[in-house]
Amino acid sequence: MAERGFWLYVVGREPVPETLTGLAGVGGESVHALPADGLFAAASPVSLHIYGADALKHNLEDLDWLAVTARAHDAVIAALSSSGPVVPMRLATVYADAEGVTGMLHERHDEFAETLQRLDGRTEWGVKAYVAPAAEADAANGTLSPSGEAASAGAGTAYLQRRKAQLSAREAAASRAEADAQQVHAALAELAVATRRNPAQAAQLSGIKATMVLNGSYLVDDSRRDEFAARVKAEQAERPGVRLELTGPWPPYSFAGVEPERADDRG
Amino acid sequence: MTEVDLPAERRIALVDLLDRVLAGGVVITGDVTLCIADVDLVHVSLRALISSAGTLERQAHQP
Repeated sequence: MAERGFWLYVVGREPVPETLTGLAGVGGESVHALPADGLFAAASPVSLHIYGADALKHNLEDLDWLAVTARAHDAVIAALSSSGPVVPMRLATVYADAEGVTGMLHERHDEFAETLQRLDGRTEWGVKAYVAPAAEADAANGTLSPSGEAASAGAGTAYLQRRKAQLSAREAAASRAEADAQQVHAALAELAVATRRNPAQAAQLSGIKATMVLNGSYLVDDSRRDEFAARVKAEQAERPGVRLELTGPWPPYSFAGVEPERADDRG
Repeated sequence: MTEVDLPAERRIALVDLLDRVLAGGVVITGDVTLCIADVDLVHVSLRALISSAGTLERQAHQP
């Protein structure tokens, strides 16, 4: 018989049996509540031949496998977070046995209880800002119109002048974009209880050619949800040079860290 | 790419999801867990992503 372990999704306060029943987790496995000390961990029994540390290192290299597994992990977390606050676990948190899980709940009870309280009634939203390549090009073109002087100065000099103007226009556009990103982030942070700026996504991975200047996560009181969305729209209206994209609602992945300060210092 | 309102069901870009499940969530380390360290994991997956993106591009250019 294959060795079994437990793949963890979340820690929460009280399992809702109706939510757990019928959920399919990673590998299509059923999802169970492992209770301890007034908390529970949602977990799937999984084969360690697939989800053990050694096998995982290999499997995570496979993008298709990673995608399917990440979506399954997220689907369970999203379903469970709809019925109360949960602390999401990092992908690929696997315990060798149920006692290990309940022991961990026992040991870290107070930290989890605090985090759950901090997350209660709040939702994570993502806001990304892109600078359209067109905006950068416009900025560069504005300074590129050939002047009479440049034309008479000879082809080589004219080229260098054009090149210089192009580069400084690009620098100016980049610093405007960075300033925009800072201002958007600050404006959204006013409505959030915690924020986190993640590294920009590589264009190669996102498939988006525009430059990402902000990749932020915001933990927002559910009562301010509409206000937050409206603020994103207002910021967008004020800044034609950047394109804002709101994603979510997300389970509080970016704010699950047991240490609260971690939420804010990833800038 | 014009998505004004979010659809009712969660239609999520993989890159946004990986941002969160690989870099977010609680990391638990200790004797009993087989959890892979965060740096390791992000590294592994990004390598997988980049090599796959390259592969896809190459495949697209093939007749």
